[in-house]
Amino acid sequence: MWVGRRLRRFEDAALLRGEGRFVGDIASGSAAMRFVRSPVARGKILDIEIPKGASVITGRDLEGVGTVMPLLHRDDFIAVEQPVLPLTEVHFAGQAVAAVIAPTAEEAEDFADQVFLEIDPLDPVVGLDNALSPDAPLVHEHVPGNSIIDSNMTTPGFTEAFEPAPFKVSVDIRSSRQSAMPLETRGGHAAFDASTGRVTLSAGTQAPHVIRTAIADVLGIPEADLRVVAPDVGGGFGQKYCLAVEDVVAVWAARRYRMAVAWIEDRRENFTSSFHSRDQHYLVTGAFDDDGKLVALEADIRCNVGAFSCYPVTCGVEALMAMAEMPGPYDFREYSVRARAVTTNACPIAPYRGVSRPVITMTLERLMDEAANRIGVSEVEIRRRNLVTEFPYTSVMGLVYDQATYIESLDRAVELIDLDGFRKEQEESLTKGKYIGLGLSTFSERTGYGTSAFAARSMDITPGFETVEMTMDPSGFVEVRVGASSHGQGLETSLSQLVADELGVRPENVRIVQGDTDRTPYGWGTFASRSAVLAGGASKLASHDMRAKLAAIAANELEAAVEDMEFSEGSVKVRGTDVAVEMSKLARIAYHKSNQLSLGSTPGLSVSATYDPHGTFSNACHAAVVEVDLETGAVQIRRFLVVEDAGILINPLIADGQVHGGVAQGIASALFEELVYDENGNLLTTSLMDYLPPTMSEMPLIEIEHLVSISDATITGAKGLGEGGAIGAPAAVINAINDALRPLGVVLNENPATPERVRRHIARAQGA
Amino acid sequence: MKPAKFEYRAPRELEEALSILAEVGDEGKVLAGGQSLVPSMNFRLARPAVLVDINGIGGIDSVTSSSDHLVIGTLARHVRFERPVTDGPLGHLLALAARKVGHRPIRIRGTFGGSLAHADPAAEWCMIATLLDATMVASSVRGQREITASNFFKTVFSTALEPDELLTEARLPLLNPAAKIGFVEFSRRAGDFAIVAASSVLDVEGGRISTARIALGSVGGTPLRSPAAEAVLQGNVPSGELFAEAGEAAAGDVEPMGDIHGSPEYRRDLVRVLTRRSLQASTEH
Ligand SMILES: Cc1cc2nc3c(=O)[nH]c(=O)nc-3n(C[C@H](O)[C@H](O)[C@H](O)COP(=O)(O)OP(=O)(O)OC[C@H]3O[C@@H](n4cnc5c(N)ncnc54)[C@H](O)[C@@H]3O)c2cc1C
Repeated sequence: MWVGRRLRRFEDAALLRGEGRFVGDIASGSAAMRFVRSPVARGKILDIEIPKGASVITGRDLEGVGTVMPLLHRDDFIAVEQPVLPLTEVHFAGQAVAAVIAPTAEEAEDFADQVFLEIDPLDPVVGLDNALSPDAPLVHEHVPGNSIIDSNMTTPGFTEAFEPAPFKVSVDIRSSRQSAMPLETRGGHAAFDASTGRVTLSAGTQAPHVIRTAIADVLGIPEADLRVVAPDVGGGFGQKYCLAVEDVVAVWAARRYRMAVAWIEDRRENFTSSFHSRDQHYLVTGAFDDDGKLVALEADIRCNVGAFSCYPVTCGVEALMAMAEMPGPYDFREYSVRARAVTTNACPIAPYRGVSRPVITMTLERLMDEAANRIGVSEVEIRRRNLVTEFPYTSVMGLVYDQATYIESLDRAVELIDLDGFRKEQEESLTKGKYIGLGLSTFSERTGYGTSAFAARSMDITPGFETVEMTMDPSGFVEVRVGASSHGQGLETSLSQLVADELGVRPENVRIVQGDTDRTPYGWGTFASRSAVLAGGASKLASHDMRAKLAAIAANELEAAVEDMEFSEGSVKVRGTDVAVEMSKLARIAYHKSNQLSLGSTPGLSVSATYDPHGTFSNACHAAVVEVDLETGAVQIRRFLVVEDAGILINPLIADGQVHGGVAQGIASALFEELVYDENGNLLTTSLMDYLPPTMSEMPLIEIEHLVSISDATITGAKGLGEGGAIGAPAAVINAINDALRPLGVVLNENPATPERVRRHIARAQGA
Repeated sequence: MKPAKFEYRAPRELEEALSILAEVGDEGKVLAGGQSLVPSMNFRLARPAVLVDINGIGGIDSVTSSSDHLVIGTLARHVRFERPVTDGPLGHLLALAARKVGHRPIRIRGTFGGSLAHADPAAEWCMIATLLDATMVASSVRGQREITASNFFKTVFSTALEPDELLTEARLPLLNPAAKIGFVEFSRRAGDFAIVAASSVLDVEGGRISTARIALGSVGGTPLRSPAAEAVLQGNVPSGELFAEAGEAAAGDVEPMGDIHGSPEYRRDLVRVLTRRSLQASTEH
């Protein structure tokens, strides 16, 4: 068995030797495109002055080019149209207004500096609270109240359950604006091929097929005229899932001027102009009975989605996911919710690792801790009384939860972190004036969303299925072409392991081809913890078809029954005998002696399969131990533990890596990262001196234990786990801070808990 | 994030560098370790027409002791101070500070003189120079002059150096062997510029503080001494209460500016805490 082994990633050797090929490598030597970006958050474009000798593209040049307008088909959604380059009005500081083309990046920047945008500034709408105030200006005239989504749902029995409940516990949770901040910024290289008239766009994207559709639609060209390649991609985390208007301009220019041109975003542009994330505010009240059972939940969800809607998922995704997945791993039957996606003059939001679930989890986990305090039960007990224990379980929103280990992971985490021992240490520390705290975070992570799951959101473009094409070549090597698109997830290794087991070959004999629309079947790319589940499932199905083909040839060759064919170590043998034939020989027959194939068999060895499950839920419990310095407000993480269950792990080493990375980003949300706009809508955090991702020095050791649920929700038994670390960690850290500061009466519900914020809470509590 | 066009000059001799500087005047910029200048050129905050790279000049990176001073050549790299460059409390103080200057790769390139000339009010070396009232030596074709720290730092990123002058060395007074030194800083992450930094030197004679120096970083346009805190300490017996009082006095002495890393009030809070902690740490080892 290869599945379950901690194989080192096949991808890493080249990357570590500096032999990876990123857009920046491909772009080297091509002309450079530099965008001139709006210096104000909102204003009317009066004039664009172009310096002498400069090649500049503005909205006027893009005549006939369409707009970007992702759609949801629901009454509570208002579509917003985004021009590729604006003609009349700018909507956020950093929005691309014009593009300069020059032989080198330096010269392009020189010219871009000299392009003068004459803009008459208008009052911008900055921040959620302002946008929702009754006298707020409208960001888009046709969007009343600045709400692009305003969705409501109340279960019939809500009031009856909510009103009489003895304990009502409220939390007011804010999660700041963040950047997914991949190490490699966005960029694209568009090259025109005069002999075919096609353009090849090499872009840092998580979804080459989707981007091809988008660009072809906006430009009004056949998809066949465009090839999109995702070479090595240095992280995406969602920021590279959605369409970049800059890529559209690059492809347009490559076609128009029959040239090769590249735009490579710098870090400042990545902050001002690449999709942001989070910026959410939830007001939630839980109604608990005397036993601490949550009977009803009321939620007011507000998501600041910025100036435009991201293609293809739309900015509805944040609010609608929060609405649907708010219950998390907890059981309650009555629910009343209002969810709004609010537009402002800020950079647009796109789903970032975890999307709304880090905020959902922080909300529920803060709620559980506050309820435990009020009701007088332990933080473990309150969770045990509310976690779902029987599967399949159908949530109040109609989601079906498959087999999971909600209680088991909690219990195991409590045991490993030694909660009782910690409470003693905490008491002793307090007598010395040292404030330490422990926080738990129990959550589920919906993964492997199939078409039916996305269809529930009424998306105009409904992602979901994944297709795999598999070929065994005459030498017996296997090529697997997938529509998913790894950008650091190690898919090449894990899919090889899966296929190797199914076909009885070594993983080195399996080559995964991805990230190229010319070479791979239409697919949705890599996001939402889906690729292991979807591309993995499709690979398994394709392997079955491949086996059937090989078995038929082998049975013919070995003169035995097809049912008796057994696959192992590169050969097919007759079960219970040592009569065998090498797979490479079967491959030769399939291609070179097809006259020997039985009647009706097609020559060659190519199959294809599609997988489209409904989805599954991973789960985990995180536990954090922190120490708070009362005088400075600094928070130090002393321990971080993850007990998680993603079903069967294809490659536990890769799984651990995903947990580490996710937790790091979760800790970043909890303590460090924040994008700050001033009151005029200008971004203040435009460099890595101001926006502070944690480094190795700030990261605790992350302890991981895996539990394994056997779920039939996926055919591989694997559940996704890419986002879980980021989903659970903020709540664990914030709960730990609250636990540490409980003796002072501090309640802190805001991300990130910067030293200054923590200090302010402490000072307020001490002053009172 | 690419620099604007510039001309690059790389003199091999000090005299040559000085004459280039005299020739190009305002248009020129000295390139030392490049750890502040290059990022600001990439951001196009700095657009020098001529870059005068002094890294090829020999003999301006030495660190030597005279009878009463430590003499630091301008090109001495930060990393050099991670281990004490001189016996006694001064070497130890510099080592405490050096480890807080950025990250290792930055310390390997960045220079002592570059940091002083850059005059970031959060920079460790600028605070230490202020604490010890160091003397800076500026050279030009017009000759050499000495400038004390209190006259050297003008405001954020601005010093008394004229465009044609090269900072060639800094002289730090050696400390009393029994001096008690303290250095603490607060930043969000390892290697970041301090949100507030505090440093102190105490001489204690007969159980009482005979001289006290306190300097604070990142609380104004330049590093600052705190006369009020020094007055609180002067002539008194060191104790936790006294140090806390000095912290209060220091907090009252500053009018910090705010930025996204810390509001004025928060910085003032930190001044109180860090001043006390610096003094406490100085008497604990
Ligand atoms: C990520 C990062 C983190 C950092 N963190 C810190 C930190 O925590 N603390 C800290 O103090 N610094 C920090 N720095 C800055 C670093 O210490 C720089 O090395 C230092 O500020 C400048 O020294 P340099 O030799 O690199 O000078 P350069 O960058 O080459 O020059 C800086 C300025 O000084 C001028 N200059 C240089 N030498 C002379 C001279 N001899 N005469 C006249 N003018 C001269 C230059 O013209 C320029 O204006 C950090 C830098 C980075 C990139």
